[in-house]
Amino acid sequence: MTEDVGVSRGRLVLRRFRRRRIALFGLVAIVFLVLFAFLGPSLSKWNYSQKDYNAFLQPPSAQHWFGTTQIGADVYAQTLRGLQKSLVIGFLTAIISTGLAAIVGAAAGYYGGWTDRVLMWFVDLLLVLPSFLIIAILSPTFQGKTWLLFVVLLAGFSWMITARIVRGLTLSLKEREFVRAAEFMGVSSRTILFRHLLPNMSSILIIDATINVGGAILAETGLSYFGFGVQPPDVSLGTLIADGTKSALTYPWLFVFCGGLLILTVLAVSLVGDGLRDAVDPNSESSRL
Amino acid sequence: MTGLITTSTDGQTSVPAPVLEIADLRVSFPSEAGTVEAVRGLSYAVSAGEVLGIVGESGSGKSVSALAIMGLLPDRARVEGSIRFGGRELAGLGDKALTDIRGSGIAMVFQDPLSALTPVYTVGSQIAEAIRAHHTDTSRAAAADRAVDLLKLVGIPNPAVRAKSFPHEFSGGMRQRVMIAMAIANDPDVILADEPTTALDVTIQAQILEVFHTAQEATGAAIVMITHDLGVVAGFADRVMVMYAGRAVETGTVEDAFYRSRMPYTLGLLGALPRPDLETREPLTPVEGNPPSLVGLPPGCPFAPRCPLKIDVCETVEPPLAPTAVPGHQTACHRSGFLEDGDLKAGDVFPVPAALPPALAGVPREQRPVVLEVTDLVRTYPLTTGSIFRRTIGEVRAVDGISFDVREGETLGLVGESGCGKTTTINEIMSLATPSAGTIKVLGQETGSLDRKQRRKIRRQLGLVFQDPNASLDPRLPIGDILGEGMKAYGVPVAERRSRVSELLTLVGLGPEHVNRYPAEFSGGQRQRIGIARALSLEPRLVVLDEPVSALDVSIRAGVVNLLEDLRARLGLSYVFVAHDLSVVRHIADRVAVMYLGRIVELGTVADVFDAPAHPYTQALLSAVPVPDPRQERARKRILLEGDLPSPSEVPTGCRFRSRCPLYATLLEDHQARCRDDDPVLTPQGPDHTAACHWPEARTVF
Repeated sequence: MTEDVGVSRGRLVLRRFRRRRIALFGLVAIVFLVLFAFLGPSLSKWNYSQKDYNAFLQPPSAQHWFGTTQIGADVYAQTLRGLQKSLVIGFLTAIISTGLAAIVGAAAGYYGGWTDRVLMWFVDLLLVLPSFLIIAILSPTFQGKTWLLFVVLLAGFSWMITARIVRGLTLSLKEREFVRAAEFMGVSSRTILFRHLLPNMSSILIIDATINVGGAILAETGLSYFGFGVQPPDVSLGTLIADGTKSALTYPWLFVFCGGLLILTVLAVSLVGDGLRDAVDPNSESSRL
Repeated sequence: MTGLITTSTDGQTSVPAPVLEIADLRVSFPSEAGTVEAVRGLSYAVSAGEVLGIVGESGSGKSVSALAIMGLLPDRARVEGSIRFGGRELAGLGDKALTDIRGSGIAMVFQDPLSALTPVYTVGSQIAEAIRAHHTDTSRAAAADRAVDLLKLVGIPNPAVRAKSFPHEFSGGMRQRVMIAMAIANDPDVILADEPTTALDVTIQAQILEVFHTAQEATGAAIVMITHDLGVVAGFADRVMVMYAGRAVETGTVEDAFYRSRMPYTLGLLGALPRPDLETREPLTPVEGNPPSLVGLPPGCPFAPRCPLKIDVCETVEPPLAPTAVPGHQTACHRSGFLEDGDLKAGDVFPVPAALPPALAGVPREQRPVVLEVTDLVRTYPLTTGSIFRRTIGEVRAVDGISFDVREGETLGLVGESGCGKTTTINEIMSLATPSAGTIKVLGQETGSLDRKQRRKIRRQLGLVFQDPNASLDPRLPIGDILGEGMKAYGVPVAERRSRVSELLTLVGLGPEHVNRYPAEFSGGQRQRIGIARALSLEPRLVVLDEPVSALDVSIRAGVVNLLEDLRARLGLSYVFVAHDLSVVRHIADRVAVMYLGRIVELGTVADVFDAPAHPYTQALLSAVPVPDPRQERARKRILLEGDLPSPSEVPTGCRFRSRCPLYATLLEDHQARCRDDDPVLTPQGPDHTAACHWPEARTVF
């Protein structure tokens, strides 16, 4: 029996999360990166598409904080623009993929029977498809169109594992007595799904979404690096890294800033995900007193 | 009960030197809410051949103290005080030194025998391993032989073969026997048994207690029996220690504690227990309130907030365990002198609530409308094989042709061992589905013939209360939403819903101000009240109660039972009360149906079935129920059943109880033939009393 009546679960998780220094650092880093990506550009007088014809390939200076490229573009403005794009794509992809996973997994687990079989076949099918290749093949068709299509594609290929986990959780949750109580009272299955099943998995879903952010950013940069993702004139961390690698040793400022921010972003997101998982898991030793 | 070394009650016993002596044991754990003081200064001693019963509710510190003795607490726990075993101090010893004593000096039997045995080794090799752990010079073969001897001692049939079986091939009762065999393997001086029979059926519990006697005779060990069941203590223990909030509040001989209790908490526990042997219709005496949280306990007696006898000093000074007039009997109560002078009993101390007369008390049963009628109900499940192409190779008849009816305002108790089909029966009723065979009629409507709309209408008339109040309330919803859910599904307008929720909360003894709280903020008893309120939210006529009080502590249980009786009287409800606790059934039910392997073997009024059971199974079941009265309990003769409930897929021919029937064994050959060949049907034994036995003979078992 729980002795500490009065301490709600949310507060308990928060308290345990706060005890993890490193996760807290990750959270601070994410907040800082988001602020930096969206407020940073207004600090500098250069725009990411502007070019300074008086400064080609200049190292960092008071004029151009991160230096300039071969054609005189400001690296600071470009990097922040790339970070913006990568963050937005990462978060959107994570939210869409976790949402999709939650609905498909819960529906498959709860309704069972043919719904379950068809949905799981679909999941298995998507799992065996080589997602990288498909996005690469499809990328010419969305050239010049919105990058949101790219987000949909990324999300469409990253929800399957979570859906299977959610299905498993649903199978055990639906045997719980509060679900049976609702069924016996004549509550509709849709209401049960959204009112009883999904909220009781919310902690898992939040953790999953957090971890997915890191994965999505990496997938996006990977694809963009090969030219299949974000298309010029727009930039993302991936395209910047691709442009900078050739001169990584000779003109390091072209590569170090975008590469460093990518590592920092993914690391921060993973740390928060780990911290959340430990804070939610009552058996985890590391968050104990 | 035989084989007991009884200490005489005059206190003049020459007590041998204790083998285990605990002095001022304190255990605390760090937690999110603060330091939990689980055990706060516990002292006791046991001598060889003695049985000490430790009784207390969950969270009273009884299991933690046992684990502290074994040195099995996690490293986070702080253990202080002295634990002396055979003159040697154990507190502060390292894990290595303790390993020598664990098993060979002090052995432990846990509550859940499935998790205490390793699933990947045979039971024989696990027992042999326990022997060789302490006697490294024993050869493998000798240890294996000894394992077989031990299995034989604890009553495992065919021990040489069964020693080669794996734990999952044993039933719960058999596994517990294996655990006891393992515990006595190294001839320990002390056996610590932590709720060893709680997870078992009463019939199996009686067998296991018998095995403990055998084990004690074989080893001469002292037994510390930790339990919440006062009935078990009454029959089995020599001395009792009652624990509350991490301390002993009363200790003495069994007779002292049961007949001359000088502590209101012990009195409250005794008064809260329904008696299986007495026909009482008065409400039980509940102990109001809940056990305290062990974090930041306020000064004074921890029981004071629930105590009707408290005086000013109780709130400031915590009473120490002090001797009473009887030597060896100690209590921790400021008012024990007062209790002594008046020789007060539970009813004198705790206020007995007034009982409402049932709504239809005057109307004879035959004239009341039938609320639920079950006729020849059968539920089968296919046994399948193969993973891709499923083939049906047989069927399990979980419920095999049962008939009963429930009339308005009455309670039908449904009892039997686990696996007898009780739960399947109520699932069939609640799901309103078409059964495999037979019919279910709810309020005169047959469930198989209902269309969607009618089914929805009938569903409102049925409420269900679950066993475990922790699992049956959605932790993510506030109470108001939980109670309003059913009404919302039936389109009750918001304003009406709100007023009904307040009304329901008041009805079950909670306040309307609780409406915005979450389930986690309530205690177990309160949560069960919320579960009852939810079952009543659509104003049903019939409420199915699935073990509604078995997950609750004794002192809380009485309040919930009283509430159920009160609601039935006030709202004119009918109950189907499923329980394995026969004492509660006797208290609350009007009629009782005893189930065995998917059949009803005896059906009748509570008085008839409990006082003159005709079926040998009912007799054995009732005889296994412990009575919380030491003198009576020790004078009783038990009818012990052999073995476990057979699997429902392998039902014996003829009478299905034949394989375990104590009567069958005594019958003449030609009489036995009838049991073998004929499946008995329910035959009348009285005006409202039927039993399915070819040779029924009414007996008294209490």
